[in-house]
Amino acid sequence: MSADTSPDTVPAPPGPPTSVSGWGRTAPTTARLLHPRSYEEAAAAVRACGARGAIARGLGRAYGDAAQNAGGAVLDMTGLDRIRTVDAEAGVVVCDAGVSLHRLMEVLLPLGWFVPVTPGTRYVTVGGAIGADVHGKNHHVSGSFARHVRELELLTADGTVRTVTPGSELFDATAGGMGLTGVILRATVQLLPVRTSLMAVDTERAVDLDDLMTRLQSGDHRYRYSVAWIDLLARGARTGRSVLTRGEHAPLDMLPPRARRTPLVFRPRRLPPAPAFLPEGLLGRASVSAFNELWYRRAPRHRTGELQRISTFFHPLDGVPHWNRVYGRGGFVQYQFVVGYGHEETLRAIVHRISRHGCPSFLAVLKRFGEADPGWLSFPLPGWTLALDIPANLPGLGALLDELDEEVAGAGGRVYLAKDARMRPEVVERMYPKLPRFRSLRRELDPEGVFRSDMSRRLGL
Amino acid sequence: MKDAFGTPQSLLVLGGTSEIGLATARRLVARRTRTVWLAGRPSPALEAAAAELRKLGPDVHTLAFDALDSEAHEVALGKVFAEGDVDMVLLAFGVLGDQSRDEGEPLAAVRVAQTNYTGAVSAGLICAKALQTQGHGSLVVLSSVAGERARRSNFIYGSSKAGLDAFAQGLGDALHGTGVHVMVVRPGFVRTKMTAGLSEAPLATTPEAVALAIEAGLRRRAEVVWVPGVLRVVMSALRHAPREVFRRLPV
Repeated sequence: MSADTSPDTVPAPPGPPTSVSGWGRTAPTTARLLHPRSYEEAAAAVRACGARGAIARGLGRAYGDAAQNAGGAVLDMTGLDRIRTVDAEAGVVVCDAGVSLHRLMEVLLPLGWFVPVTPGTRYVTVGGAIGADVHGKNHHVSGSFARHVRELELLTADGTVRTVTPGSELFDATAGGMGLTGVILRATVQLLPVRTSLMAVDTERAVDLDDLMTRLQSGDHRYRYSVAWIDLLARGARTGRSVLTRGEHAPLDMLPPRARRTPLVFRPRRLPPAPAFLPEGLLGRASVSAFNELWYRRAPRHRTGELQRISTFFHPLDGVPHWNRVYGRGGFVQYQFVVGYGHEETLRAIVHRISRHGCPSFLAVLKRFGEADPGWLSFPLPGWTLALDIPANLPGLGALLDELDEEVAGAGGRVYLAKDARMRPEVVERMYPKLPRFRSLRRELDPEGVFRSDMSRRLGL
Repeated sequence: MKDAFGTPQSLLVLGGTSEIGLATARRLVARRTRTVWLAGRPSPALEAAAAELRKLGPDVHTLAFDALDSEAHEVALGKVFAEGDVDMVLLAFGVLGDQSRDEGEPLAAVRVAQTNYTGAVSAGLICAKALQTQGHGSLVVLSSVAGERARRSNFIYGSSKAGLDAFAQGLGDALHGTGVHVMVVRPGFVRTKMTAGLSEAPLATTPEAVALAIEAGLRRRAEVVWVPGVLRVVMSALRHAPREVFRRLPV
């Protein structure tokens, strides 16, 4: 490169056609993968994306086809990875969209700040966290991620960069908008103050679903973080048996004296990655059932005040890189839905159906949501949310999930778009009543349909 | 777009009156498919098939398409792809011919070869290119066990299917990594109007069973599907049988 060429004006080289899939590794499609390293390169990539459009992609943790764009361009945003400013007094960070929550924790925890919301993996980008409007174990207290975003820079279809603030239509369309309003370039995020990098965790076991729901309902308000792991293979009277883990950021005086000297250290452990080729059917009914049994038995009946690392409490699966490979070549789908309070019957019926169908699903997660978030396509509603992983090659799975969709939609609930790889467009319309508004804003902002993904094509978003 | 289970939302059936093609369309419509193109020679049968399928709910279009008229394929198929993405193309046309008659009438034999092989080559290449531009899609090719090893009793049909099968396998390898998936389906004896009046071979199957196998193959992103599955073993044995023995087998 000659010295007079500023790197900012060099367009990102068009990548070779690359097969792209979501975390569930189903339905891969091919796109040109572009790696913008600056706002200008991102803008150039969007302008030159061609007839099949473009979509931004972060660390690829959406389970389905949200960050795929068959035949078009996919912008790998992880090159935009600079943390711009940190206000250690007010706890505000300004960073590029490609920065991961992992990186934010590395930088911010030693300063006594934590991300306001973290999903079950910290390997998501800030842009992705806003685009999917992710939630965490603290939704009943803190809402979803976008609630803590003070401002964001959005590259829209006309090639301009707009500053978008909460309360505006564009902000509410972008939060949870699956990248279809534009490319998020930068965000200003309000952080949460913490005194230590450890969690004080209370664990208890629930013998069945009703026991679990009672415990969650009566105790959640006492904790910032709450989640329950359900064994969905247990049947009969034990249907819905589970382990609840709830916790808080540990105060300084809870730490043993030695740990008090470095209370904010962040050193997550990682195991070797899962091998690239694993046989299919490793996670059958027998193995998963044994795993669940063991996991339930080893949990204490009741224990309070256990100190856990942040990584152990929030991101247990991040310890094994590429854990999604254990499902083999066929991949897996994650099904996550929410039904409002008052629709407990629907939740019960669905849990029983999944249990009867014998889905080899390990570690299904049940949690209570707080207030709904303002994003038009944001997932959370005040109610119960259940998430489970299922191998995609399970016979009859497609039909079963279609029927569950109907029950969920009938109860006024919805399925999480960031996890979806299989819904029908008709049912999405019923689940997301603000979808027509989202579409009309997109038509206005992006008449040519520059921003498109396999998901937007499949669901007609 | 296809869903996580490989089920397409839009389907193009080349050979729109094929019983296997229609059984597959019905099966996929019951799951996800909302747009179906039935391509075939304009006929009341084609319109009737479309009307029948429409009752199940999807948008069904018919398209004039003649396997023997390769010159016209590009224009005809281009029209379909111009309307929107096609998630799956099912290459289902083919004729059985009449072996004993065709051996004496070379021109009739050539028509079998042209329909089953050259027609499929031109339509297959055109669809492959369009799918490649889309960056996704499945090309499902109905081959036959008859193509695995040509038999005395129907080697004209068998050789055309052998050519088609080899073509489809090669095309699948050529398209590997482009996002386009090519699946070769090798049914045994299928009870349809094409085989009506023939004496049934062992392991005979139905169009519905073939449709089911195609759906399962899409889910697994399989490259070769045998219907029924046991034919894979049977044909492997037959394929390796010495010529002396094979010639005398009553197959």
